[in-house]
Amino acid sequence: MSPSDTPIQDRAPAAQAAGQAERSAAGKPALLEVEKMRVEFPTRRGTLVAVDDVSFHINEGEVLGVVGESGAGKSMTGSAIIGLLEPPGRIAGGEVRLGGRRIDNLPYEQIRRIRGREIGMVFQDPLTSLNPLYTVGHQLIETIQTHTDLSESQARKRAIELLAEVGIPAPDRRIDQYPHQFSGGMRQRVVIALALCVNPRLVIADEPTTALDVSIQAQIIKLLHKLCREHGAAVMLITHDMGVIAETADRVAVMYSGRIVEVGPVREVIRNAKHPYTHGLMGSIPMVGHDLDRLTQIEGSMPRLTEIPPGCPFNPRCPKVFERCRHERPELIPVEETQVACWLYDENEGATANGGRSGSHG
Amino acid sequence: MAEVAEAIAARETAAGSGPLVRVKGLAKHFDVSPPLLTRVLRKEGRTLVRAVDGVSFDIPTGRTFSLVGESGCGKSTVARLVVGLYSPTQGEVVFDGQRLADLTSRRQMAPVRRRLQMIFQDPFASLNPRWRVADIVAEPIRAHGLLDDNRAVLRRVGELLEQVRLSARDGEKFPHEFSGGQRQRISIARALASNPEFLVCDEPTSALDVSVQAQILNLMRDLQRELGLTYLFISHDLAVVYHISDYVGVMYLGRLVEWGEARDIFRKPQHPYTRMLLDAIPDLEMSGRQRIPVAGEVPSPIHPPSGCHFHPRCPFANERCRSEEPAPTPSPAGGGQVRCHAVEEGRLTEEVVQSELRRD
Repeated sequence: MSPSDTPIQDRAPAAQAAGQAERSAAGKPALLEVEKMRVEFPTRRGTLVAVDDVSFHINEGEVLGVVGESGAGKSMTGSAIIGLLEPPGRIAGGEVRLGGRRIDNLPYEQIRRIRGREIGMVFQDPLTSLNPLYTVGHQLIETIQTHTDLSESQARKRAIELLAEVGIPAPDRRIDQYPHQFSGGMRQRVVIALALCVNPRLVIADEPTTALDVSIQAQIIKLLHKLCREHGAAVMLITHDMGVIAETADRVAVMYSGRIVEVGPVREVIRNAKHPYTHGLMGSIPMVGHDLDRLTQIEGSMPRLTEIPPGCPFNPRCPKVFERCRHERPELIPVEETQVACWLYDENEGATANGGRSGSHG
Repeated sequence: MAEVAEAIAARETAAGSGPLVRVKGLAKHFDVSPPLLTRVLRKEGRTLVRAVDGVSFDIPTGRTFSLVGESGCGKSTVARLVVGLYSPTQGEVVFDGQRLADLTSRRQMAPVRRRLQMIFQDPFASLNPRWRVADIVAEPIRAHGLLDDNRAVLRRVGELLEQVRLSARDGEKFPHEFSGGQRQRISIARALASNPEFLVCDEPTSALDVSVQAQILNLMRDLQRELGLTYLFISHDLAVVYHISDYVGVMYLGRLVEWGEARDIFRKPQHPYTRMLLDAIPDLEMSGRQRIPVAGEVPSPIHPPSGCHFHPRCPFANERCRSEEPAPTPSPAGGGQVRCHAVEEGRLTEEVVQSELRRD
C-alpha cells in the first residue's frame, strides 16, 4: 500500500511485455491503436495543425503516459480519441482503433455509447466534470444505468461499493451529498469512481492530479494505478508532470508541437533520454538532493501553432541542430528500446549519432 | 539618479549586518462570520479563521527564505503581511530595523515600499492588458519619482528589460504578445524598477511549464547575485524550494512546524509533516526508495484540530499531541527549529520511523 508499490520491479515486466507486444503487433492488435492521426483547426488565417500525424498504441492493462508542455497537443490527442474535439477542430486524417474496431468515424450516438462504456475519462478539474446540481449518487447511478441493465436499487448499491472502493469514508451517507460538500481530493475520487463504474477497458486521464495538493496528488496517483490494475483497465495518462509519469506509467510518449518526439519504456526515457528535447526537459526539472547552481535551460519556448518551423519542430531551440533538421521532418526511428524522432539517430548520420548518444541524459 | 546611487550605497553597508527582514509572532485572523442576523438567529458567535497564527522567522540579507506548504496553510497570507498588503492582527514585521506598523502615513511608507516589491503567481492577471510593457515597467519609477526626465525613464526601462533577458524594443508591445514565461520576466522587470532590496515572490513559477520555470529560476538566481537581492519565496513545490532556498519554513494550517537551513531540513527532516511532504514528491529518479504513505487531507482552517494541528494525520500522535500545542524547540538535526512533541521527547527514533515504513 505504500506509494512505492509501483516500483520498478513490478513495472519492468510490464514494460518488457509492452516491448514484446510492439514486436508481435501483427499477431494480436493492441487495445488502442492510433495511426497517423491529424487534428486540424480551420481558422480565418489558415488551418492550424494541433496534432500532426501522431501514431501510438496502448496494450491491454498498460499505462501509457503522454507528457508535454502546454500547447504540445497532448490533451487534444486525448479529446480526439474519444470524439470530444471542440468544433471547428476535427480529425483530418488517420485512424483510431479500439480493440481492432475503427472508432474515429462513428456517428455521434455510437461514439457516445463507447464513451463511458468502453473508455472512461478523468479530467483535471473535478468541479467541472461533476454537475453541481445533482447529488454524487444521482450522477453515479445515472451513468451505471445508462450503460448496464441494473435496476435503480442495484445501481445504488454498486455506486456505494464504488465510493468505498475509491476510499471515500462513510459512502452510504456521502452518496446523497452534492459535489460542493466534497473536498478537491474527494471530488477527484468521485470522478475516478464515475470513470470506472462500468469497468471500461481504457481510461483516459487528462491531468488528473494537477489541481491537487502534493500530498493528495500522491494518494490519487496511487488510487488510479491500483484501481486500473484491479479492473484490468488500460490508462492513457496525460500530464505535464514527469514525476507523475515516473510513478505510474509503463511507457511514455513525449510530445512537442503536436508530434510525438520520443516514446519508450518509462525507465529508459527518464534515465537515458535520447531526443534533445526530452533530455533538456529532464535537466530542467529541479530535484531534491541535486545541488545544482543552475538548471539546464532550453532557450526560447515552444512555437505557436501558426509558426511551427519546417523540418524538426524543435530545431530552433535544439543544441545539436544541423542542416538536415531544418528541412526534413524526422519520423520515429527505433533506437534500443525506444523510438525517437531525431536525425541524430538516423543511420546515415553515423558520426553525429554517436555524439548524440554519448551526450544523453544520465 | 542620485537616489539610485544612494540606494546602492545603502545596500552595500547593509550587507552582512544581520537579518534584513524579521518576522515576529505574526498572526492574521480573518472574520468569516455569517451576517449579524443569522448569527443572532442561530445564537452563534463570530467565526475567525486563523490564517496565520504566530509565525516568526528572519531572512538574512542577500539570502532566500522559502515558505512551503499545501493550499490553505497561510503561506500567501504571510507574503501579503510582509509587504504590507494586509495589516497583522498580532506580531510585527521589521524591515531593516524599521517596524512596518510604525509607518502610518503614506509619506512614511513610500521609501520602504520602494525597497520591497512583490512578484505574483499569475503573469496573465498581474499585468494590465491595456498598457504597453514600457509603461508597466516604468510605473514604479514614476510612482516613486525616481527619475524625472521621460527619456531617462525609457532608457532605464530598456536596461531593465535587458536585465531580465528581454529586448529593449519589447517595451513597445502589449502583454498579450508574450508567452507566460516572458510575462513573468516583465513582472520581474517591473519589480526591479524601483531598485528594491527585497522581493516577495508568491509562487512565481507555478503557472509555468517546467522548461520555462527553469529559465525563470535561473534568472532569479542570477539577479540575486548581480543585485544582492533578498527573497521571500512562496511555493508548494518542494523540488523548486530545494533548488532556490538557503532557508526553508514548512507551514501547516497557519503555523510554522519546522524551519531552518534548507539543506538540513531536506536531508534530515524532523517534523512528521515535513517527512510526509518529502515522501509525497514523485520518485523521478525511480530509485524505489521506501516512503511513509501519505494519509488524510488538510482539515478546514475554520475548525483546526486541537493541540498540534497535524495530529489527525500523524502516525506518531499521542494524547499530548491532541491537547497541547507544541512550542518551538531546537531541531536535533542542526540549527533549525521544530514544533513537535514527538521530536522534543525524542520519541521519533530511527527505529520508530523504520517500523512505520514496515507497517505498510
